[in-house]
Amino acid sequence: MTIVLSRSADHLYWISRYMERAENTARILDVSDRMGLLPTSTSGGEWDAVLQITGDIGAFHQKFPEASAANVISHLTLDADNPSSIYSTVRAARENARAERVGITTEMWEALNSTWLEISNLTAARLASRGYRNFFDWIKERSHLFRGASVATMLRDERYHFLRLGTFLERADNTARILDVKYHILLPDTEDVGSAIDHFQWGALLRSVSAYRNYHHAYKQVITPINVADLLIFNDSFPRSLHSCHDELVTLLDDISGPRGNEAARQSGEIHAMLHYGRIETVFKQGLHEYLSDFIVRNNQLSSEIQAAYLVAH
Amino acid sequence: MNSGKFFDEMRGTDGSVREAYKAIANWLETVPKRELNTRRKEAEILFRRMGITFLVYGAGAPSERLIPFDILPRVITADEWSLIENGCLQRVRAINAFLQDIYHNQDIIKAGRVPAETVMTNPKYRPEMQHLDLPGDTYVHITGIDLVRVGEREFYVLEDNLRNPSGVSYMLENREVMMRLFPHLFSRHRIAPVNNYPDLLLQNLRAVAPPGVEQPTVALLTPGIYNSAYFEHVFLADEMGVELVEGQDLFVRDDHVYMRTTHGPVQVDVIYRRIDDEFLDPLVFNPDSLLGVPGLLSAYRAGGVSLANAIGTGVADDKAIYTYVPDMIDFYLGEKPILSNVPTWALRKPDDLKYVLDHLPELVVKEVGGAGGYGMLVGPAASKAEIAAYRERIIADPSNFIAQPTLALSTCPTFTDKGVAPRHVDLRPYVLTGINSTVVPGGLTRVALREGSLVVNSSQGGGTKDTWVLRGPRTGGAS
Repeated sequence: MTIVLSRSADHLYWISRYMERAENTARILDVSDRMGLLPTSTSGGEWDAVLQITGDIGAFHQKFPEASAANVISHLTLDADNPSSIYSTVRAARENARAERVGITTEMWEALNSTWLEISNLTAARLASRGYRNFFDWIKERSHLFRGASVATMLRDERYHFLRLGTFLERADNTARILDVKYHILLPDTEDVGSAIDHFQWGALLRSVSAYRNYHHAYKQVITPINVADLLIFNDSFPRSLHSCHDELVTLLDDISGPRGNEAARQSGEIHAMLHYGRIETVFKQGLHEYLSDFIVRNNQLSSEIQAAYLVAH
Repeated sequence: MNSGKFFDEMRGTDGSVREAYKAIANWLETVPKRELNTRRKEAEILFRRMGITFLVYGAGAPSERLIPFDILPRVITADEWSLIENGCLQRVRAINAFLQDIYHNQDIIKAGRVPAETVMTNPKYRPEMQHLDLPGDTYVHITGIDLVRVGEREFYVLEDNLRNPSGVSYMLENREVMMRLFPHLFSRHRIAPVNNYPDLLLQNLRAVAPPGVEQPTVALLTPGIYNSAYFEHVFLADEMGVELVEGQDLFVRDDHVYMRTTHGPVQVDVIYRRIDDEFLDPLVFNPDSLLGVPGLLSAYRAGGVSLANAIGTGVADDKAIYTYVPDMIDFYLGEKPILSNVPTWALRKPDDLKYVLDHLPELVVKEVGGAGGYGMLVGPAASKAEIAAYRERIIADPSNFIAQPTLALSTCPTFTDKGVAPRHVDLRPYVLTGINSTVVPGGLTRVALREGSLVVNSSQGGGTKDTWVLRGPRTGGAS
């Protein structure tokens, strides 16, 4: 059995959570940026939606009067005072990594450290001239690099399991939020159903979770809201779906085990069963929003339970 | 190039290249300055990528900096090394014997060789250590002895650094970077490797585990990420494959120390602590310290855990006690010192004080407990006003100061903005002691990058160099 300090496990868990969060914030901004290019986007509703997903509308409005593209992007990319900006999440990931240099490989450290060095030297002007989309792509690449370096170089011991826990808890949370908020933004305009604009918007949502081609492979038909929800929630071969994330989580918790983790394992098993045996038709009857809200709460409870069992020093 | 005023390690006074530097000199003649510049930039990128930085505290928020690295190596012959090695081993033997003695019978005080008050009233003397027996009677497990060279075979010891000497990670990483940048130079020399240092360190730490522990668990205790040497703590823990712990990760129960892990408490037998005595245990020392572990001293005294270095070693690297090391070598070993002490005036003595006040512009004056090159006066480099201000400080509290002659530090070829030029250097070899002692062939060479400067501290514009010990017929090893 490997010895892992509770504090180390905590750092590892947060390194990957923050990197995953940085990537997902970039994805959310990316999809809104794409949608903003459409002629219908006059209300600016997609930018409000971004703030709903990241959950910091309050903090935003203390600084900015309106949720314009420029304001939201500035708030969520380089703002050092906003703890949910990409800048801050990369910094937090790197700070956790700095405290945990012993537990990660050189490749992982260098991937994180060079990302931080680059982003900390970036100015708003340089970001704008480089193009937002390029920046979002770059963040996604850096997150892939870090994750790839972890998978390719890290010893498969408990440290690795804690690192992966952070990734999948964060990813499940983000996928659920993106789907919840975007779904309601997109749905009301019934007259657009099946139109080019509709296709573009759902397409953008799928692209934001790298699921556009996956969708077509999996469903082999035009984009329908119910299939999009099915893909993002239940499809266990799509790696960003809630089901896939919880497939990983249930295995990871089983690998870590020990009597401290009994309750976490039980909760994880329960969520997994819900995703494994659930059907999208039932979800739509209950209400998608209610279903996703309930999922987000359960996912959070599980992460609190993991922290209490393993990450807080006893 | 060589004024003759200082000993140059590459060239004699007639300009001829010394044997050890022949290959380096040949290479320097052919390599374009442009290439050296490129290599220097590459080195900087490597250090930054590896995250080898230290924190500088000054006005405003602490900033992460790189210590400047000079890409030209310093070369030491096998013969010179054996002098350094034997001198360092001798010193560490005598110092360990001294610490064992003053914390037990105090024979050296009874014999009148070291004044009782210099030991007993010393703030680094720890009464808690009295009559405590340590595994192997070893007090200092890790020593970084600061040496300066002034002639062909003339080395002086500046300081012994018996508490928490740092810098060894630079010795190791400098070598790593040099091997990447200049592999061809390594094939042209026979350079003693240094990269087994972490292994040796671990071996020595395990050797001093409490008696009866078969498979000791070692941990490195750090003050945390805001410590200026944090990078080194991470590096050493990683290289040794031991846990890097903070005070909050440890607790004491029934005179044993445990780590808090994801699977509950795990016992720790040996702690390589990079926290000063004053912060180790808030129950005994500084109650405001959040860095230490409550109850650690009690566990230590009960023999439940070993600490490296031991508590209370600071009493022997105080600048006032330093003057007695030659006496210790004579008293405990019956030997003549291999490495010389720098002649030192202790200003608590009225005669010494008078002499020093009369000769301030020629001397270096330091605070007794000072470190890092802060708060010292370098007479020849100081202005009249600075000397006058320092004089006031001395007169206010003479016993807080010592003075030494300004040493003619040797010079080594260094790559500067104006090309290759001699710069002053010192050397810190590292001595490891468990039951026996070893000096890893190499060390940290610090170089004063400013032309003419004699201050090598990184906080004062110093840089580092890779230090090559050439293998001769005999290779360095254990004593």
